[in-house]
Amino acid sequence: MKTTRPFVLLMLLLLVLSSGLAARIDCWFMGWPGNHETSLNPLDVMIGDAQKLFAGSFYREADVYYHSGYYPTIFDNRAAFETAHMAADTGAVASHNQGDEAGFRSQPLDLIDAFNRHFTPNRHTHLDEGGPTDDLSKSEEVREILPWLKISSELDPEDIQTYIVTAFWLRTRMGNVAEGEQVLREGLRYNPDNPQLLFELGQVYFENYHDLQRARHIWEAALRCWQQQMAGKPDSERFNFDNKFIVEQLQTRLALLEETAGNFNAAIAHWEQAKAVAPDPGKMQKHINELKQKLAAPANAPAAAIH
Amino acid sequence: MNKIFAIGKVVLLEMYRRKDFYVLFIVTALITAVMGSVTFFKDEQIVRYLKAICLFLIWASSLFIAIGATARQIPAERESRTIFPLMAKPVSRAQVLLGKFLGCWLACGAALVIFYAFFGCVAAAREHQWPLANYFQAWSLHWAMLGIVVAMTLFGSLVLTAVSSNITITFIATIAILLVGRHLHQVALTMSEPSAIMITSLYYVIPHLELFDMRDLIVHDWPLIPWGIWFIALVYAAAYSALLLLLSWLVFRRKVLQ
Repeated sequence: MKTTRPFVLLMLLLLVLSSGLAARIDCWFMGWPGNHETSLNPLDVMIGDAQKLFAGSFYREADVYYHSGYYPTIFDNRAAFETAHMAADTGAVASHNQGDEAGFRSQPLDLIDAFNRHFTPNRHTHLDEGGPTDDLSKSEEVREILPWLKISSELDPEDIQTYIVTAFWLRTRMGNVAEGEQVLREGLRYNPDNPQLLFELGQVYFENYHDLQRARHIWEAALRCWQQQMAGKPDSERFNFDNKFIVEQLQTRLALLEETAGNFNAAIAHWEQAKAVAPDPGKMQKHINELKQKLAAPANAPAAAIH
Repeated sequence: MNKIFAIGKVVLLEMYRRKDFYVLFIVTALITAVMGSVTFFKDEQIVRYLKAICLFLIWASSLFIAIGATARQIPAERESRTIFPLMAKPVSRAQVLLGKFLGCWLACGAALVIFYAFFGCVAAAREHQWPLANYFQAWSLHWAMLGIVVAMTLFGSLVLTAVSSNITITFIATIAILLVGRHLHQVALTMSEPSAIMITSLYYVIPHLELFDMRDLIVHDWPLIPWGIWFIALVYAAAYSALLLLLSWLVFRRKVLQ
């Protein structure tokens, strides 16, 4: 015991010294102007921006679950999976997908390849349509994508699509409108004034709460935010595919809202604006003409009766 | 045959006394329990992520058990010189090899039964269903795959001098086959000669362990594999295990034990 005591005391002394020194340096580091640390989150400190890579991977995993495991690998043709289907199906995200989504695998190259396909998911299905069972009554199975989306949004709170997809499926297939709204508000806390998040929040008020007034305010705010964010940017960026899509969606929803409220003049104005950025303006023009006829009808009717 | 079973029984008893399985099972159960305690969006019916994590842990644990235990069998006998009294008995080298294989493979099968029973309980707790036929197919294919891995490790323990190098090389080979085995032919098509022919040959030579991985089908509730296909897969595993055991015997019968 006598021989070990000095060593134990020395160890204790070194421990106290190192702890004190660490605490001292940490205090100095926190006050140092060159410190760029903005968070005390252990993940931020340990892996920093690499979190976004993992977030992307978890987001993709959610889409894999949406397809019940039938998903292209890096060796397959991924043109039909450029945009996650679980996101494209929400209607709030522009789809960049092309080609045959069911046939991303080529014909079997050999006997082993053909045999191998019995042991992996081999059919294109979506969870909201019942997955492998094709039973539409099981559409709430789409809940299985939620854990991966939650982890993804924790790792990369600036990824807008994660919030939109989570909120959409929560409110449409699982009937959990309050949680869906909560997710969108959390997204807006990290990404204030984001037009896409505001669009989806407006959808919650329009479709679920049937609160036309608040939906109108939110969508108009989304349009204002979009205009502010695009101010001074070149037209090539201002009217790229994704921006056109969000403007079209916002204008279309506002037009539908005004139609529901019976404000046909305002609806026509929004349809006109949507038409300017729509990929297929013909259909919208036809609808505008119908609305104009509706507007003209009550005015002409008494005149016809008089004559 | 009795001699093979006797050696196999000794191996089985030895593995029963080792702590590898217990530690891996507790780790699997703990991680699964922690992950299962998490609730996402107040929905307690979400289960597939938990099934995927649990099955991944089962696969990782089974590979640790199979490779770790098998790699030590013959080198340990040689180091402790117990191989000499064993060979002094009326037992051929082929019987020793088969006995070692059988013991390790049966131990893996027994461990898998416990792992899959645990998995079934975890899944049933949330899904309230027991797709026993699907679990049986998954377990049997997994066990058949471990037969190839055990035979491969046994062969490695005769060819490679150190246990650690055998464990490392077998692990890397197994994981590489599981990850990219099925894509090698496709990759070869995009390459120029002679790389293309080498990769294509490799594709045809390697045992396709990924065939036995039914995890995606189990996690996402896909229907059963046709039983005929399941049977062909078992025959494929038996053929590869037999081939690797034959190679092992060819090396072992001429091996100087001292």
